[in-house]
Amino acid sequence: MQGNKSWIGWLWLLAVILPLQAAADVQEYRLANGMRVIVKEDHRAPVAVSQVWYRVGSMDEVNGTTGVAHVLEHMMFKGTRAVPAGEFSKIIAAAGGRENAFTNRDYTTYFEQLQKSRLDLALKLEADRMHNLVLLPKEFAQEIKVVMEERRLRTDDKPQALVYENLMAAAYLANPYHHPVIGWMGDLEHMTAEDARKWYQRWYAPNNATLVIVGDVEPAAALKVAERYFGKIRPVVLPQRQPQDEPVQRGIRRVTVKAPAKLPYLAMGYQAPVLRDPDKDVDPYALEMLAGVLDGNASARLNQSLVRQQRVAVSVGAGYDLIARGPSMFMFDGAPAEGKTVADLEAAIRAEIDKIKQDGVSEEELQRVKAQVIAAQVYQRDSMFYQAMLIGEVVNAGLPVGTLETRLAKLKAVTAAQVQDMARKYLIDDHLTVAVLDPQPMSGAKPAKPIPGGRHAN
Amino acid sequence: MRIKFEFAAFAVKLAGFAGLLLCAAAAQAALPIQHWRMDSGVRVYFVENHDLPLLDISVEFPAGSGRDDPSKPGLASMTQHMLIHGAGGMTEEEISRRIADVGATLGGSFDQDRAGLRLRTLSSERERSEALGIMAKALQSPDFPEAVLEREKNRAATELQEAMTQPEFVAERKFIALLYGAHPYALSSAVEPETIAALQRDDLAAYYRGHYRAGYAVVSVIGDVTPAQAREIAGALTASLPQGEGELQPLPAVAMPKGETEKIPHPATQSHILVGQPGVKRVDPDYFPLYVGNYTLGGGGFASRLIEEVRQKRGLVYSVHSYFMPLQQPGPFEIGLQTKRAQAEEALAVVRKTVQDYVAGGPTETELKKAKQNIVGGFPLRIDSNQKLLDYIAMIGFYQLPLTYLDDFPGKVEKVTAAQVKDAFARRIKPENMVTVIVGAD
Repeated sequence: MQGNKSWIGWLWLLAVILPLQAAADVQEYRLANGMRVIVKEDHRAPVAVSQVWYRVGSMDEVNGTTGVAHVLEHMMFKGTRAVPAGEFSKIIAAAGGRENAFTNRDYTTYFEQLQKSRLDLALKLEADRMHNLVLLPKEFAQEIKVVMEERRLRTDDKPQALVYENLMAAAYLANPYHHPVIGWMGDLEHMTAEDARKWYQRWYAPNNATLVIVGDVEPAAALKVAERYFGKIRPVVLPQRQPQDEPVQRGIRRVTVKAPAKLPYLAMGYQAPVLRDPDKDVDPYALEMLAGVLDGNASARLNQSLVRQQRVAVSVGAGYDLIARGPSMFMFDGAPAEGKTVADLEAAIRAEIDKIKQDGVSEEELQRVKAQVIAAQVYQRDSMFYQAMLIGEVVNAGLPVGTLETRLAKLKAVTAAQVQDMARKYLIDDHLTVAVLDPQPMSGAKPAKPIPGGRHAN
Repeated sequence: MRIKFEFAAFAVKLAGFAGLLLCAAAAQAALPIQHWRMDSGVRVYFVENHDLPLLDISVEFPAGSGRDDPSKPGLASMTQHMLIHGAGGMTEEEISRRIADVGATLGGSFDQDRAGLRLRTLSSERERSEALGIMAKALQSPDFPEAVLEREKNRAATELQEAMTQPEFVAERKFIALLYGAHPYALSSAVEPETIAALQRDDLAAYYRGHYRAGYAVVSVIGDVTPAQAREIAGALTASLPQGEGELQPLPAVAMPKGETEKIPHPATQSHILVGQPGVKRVDPDYFPLYVGNYTLGGGGFASRLIEEVRQKRGLVYSVHSYFMPLQQPGPFEIGLQTKRAQAEEALAVVRKTVQDYVAGGPTETELKKAKQNIVGGFPLRIDSNQKLLDYIAMIGFYQLPLTYLDDFPGKVEKVTAAQVKDAFARRIKPENMVTVIVGAD
């Protein structure tokens, strides 16, 4: 809904506030084999979304096989005894559905969107591949090439993605958030079908999964279908998960990435806590409100001050996510305006932080952020998929579904003084990592100024 | 993700058109659209829906990049962009602050044909009237403040310079330029940092007066208001739009390009490849056969031949797609892929062969059946939110499609035959005329 002009780049790595809500119509179950089933009714349209969340992501990987969580996600479409390679997608498509999957640091999620009468089909197929994947070496050899193309497309040739990858690698020494979700290219090049098989055997089991269903369904009936297909799958003994806590950072860290580009780019991350106890924790909610004051709406501080008034940035943003299995980070990013440097931009961002440390935030600003929270709670009900995402994320992070409601109440209760305290407590130099993009010429012959129509070879 | 972000972006692109498809079971009452034309000439399309306490509104004009001033490329886009940066005496700060205070979002829409504003707000009285009041001013009395314009020009030029270093942008820009040549649909590719820098406040004001006229306006409304309220809202949003004499000039016809290949050096690890030609109009007798047929060629994800041949069988790409983007005049028919530089020629050869075979032979009966199953069966998913519905209503309104368009849709999809698909592709898709752009070629 924001402008879709080709030249207005939107900040890709920062989320704005995601106000959450769990309505009373959420039903939770646990099957005998340990699998969780969560159903939320939404009768606005005769459709249903199903998502299977495996509590395993890149943070569970070890050196040498980074990226295997995501590779396995690809392989999950490559066949079981009953459903040959590639057929999963075709069966769902023929039923008028959509399916896909995504891997993140904390989870691997598979989803289907279908007419409600076909929910049965989705669950049947998901249950099948939870324990019957065949993982043929021939299919693996083909698919690993696809994944390497994906890495080239989404990271290697995207300068800002490289900056983010470098920021994480510098900010986390011990915690596995150090590694990119897609994996290091060298690890992908040496990965084998056996690596994927071990991963699958270790982590894909009902007692490591949560099924989330949102749609025009009756919870008891949906549970029955889930029970029919998933209930017979045996649980496994899951490996011990080590905490791998990040040691306290002792001083600012800086990294530079050189890549072909025109515009410099800056990303800054401060180590920050995540939500562990939704009732007792205070800081994560206040940090989320701080992010809202800085960048939660079009009139928020960063845009107003750095883009509009000082004109030091063409774009700037801030973000903080309080839901995660691992640690969190309070992030800033932006691109300097013509004639300004990343150093100018960094100084301007720090000045905004200092302003909050010294003068706090106004009640009016806080109310404005709360208005976004309240409205977004209504807007999110316009998307079943998004509602399912919210439930899956909190459950995967080890939090109760009720966190969604608790969070809303807690956000509304945050005070201006608490927001100021957060800046003082967490936005400190010793816990900061800064990554910058140092733009390189496109090639030896690159013109200083772009020529209309680009550079022609023939 | 197993299918990349680009697919997501591409889905957004499709939403305006391909999206429109399909009605499922006949029992599915599609979309009861109420329509009226106001004395001012404004066309209004309204769907009443009280399920959620929210309201979505779009107001659009034929003021997209295809209506740009050829001597001032970027003017159309900048005019639309500046609407919410100062209006009716309100500063941009005031606009964004007041919108934020009621939790609303006010943004823009802009493509080759259309430009306008979109609003999402809570439907409760205080929030709704405040948000609508601001939208009304942005639409009807934009100020185009000089200082803000200077800053936004700088931002736009800077971001354009950056985009011009990114391979997908370079490819798309050149592709559109080659596809449309002297046709106004090529004007989006003519925008340069220098042409943005040259824009003046008077240019924007004149463009606004000429293009944001009441007689051209299409207002689309869906949500928690009554028909009477919708009438009042549509009136308040448009009563003082510029008036103007005369009908809108039609866009010129599109000529078929010469088949040519353009290679552009770039240091990326992958080659970005686009292949295509002008495709189909929004209102066109071949629309249904081409749309349904494209599912099998490259629109149906893992059910498509392109994915099967290029990715599944050979592992050459993460994604490959084809789509038609129907516009007032034939919009692009585009095939896109990215692959490691060394295998660009191999991938391109597979794409060409796949397209040639399909144009020559059309779909099998089985393929056609699967396409229909997906398109018709997936209909409920396309209309399961107000946000998606607003896209459809706005499209039906802008292109003056029948109000029963959605109701008719499943029948039209079902009626398409394999022979019709083959015939339409053979007449309309000319591999020998296709333009090819390779950015990052070895």
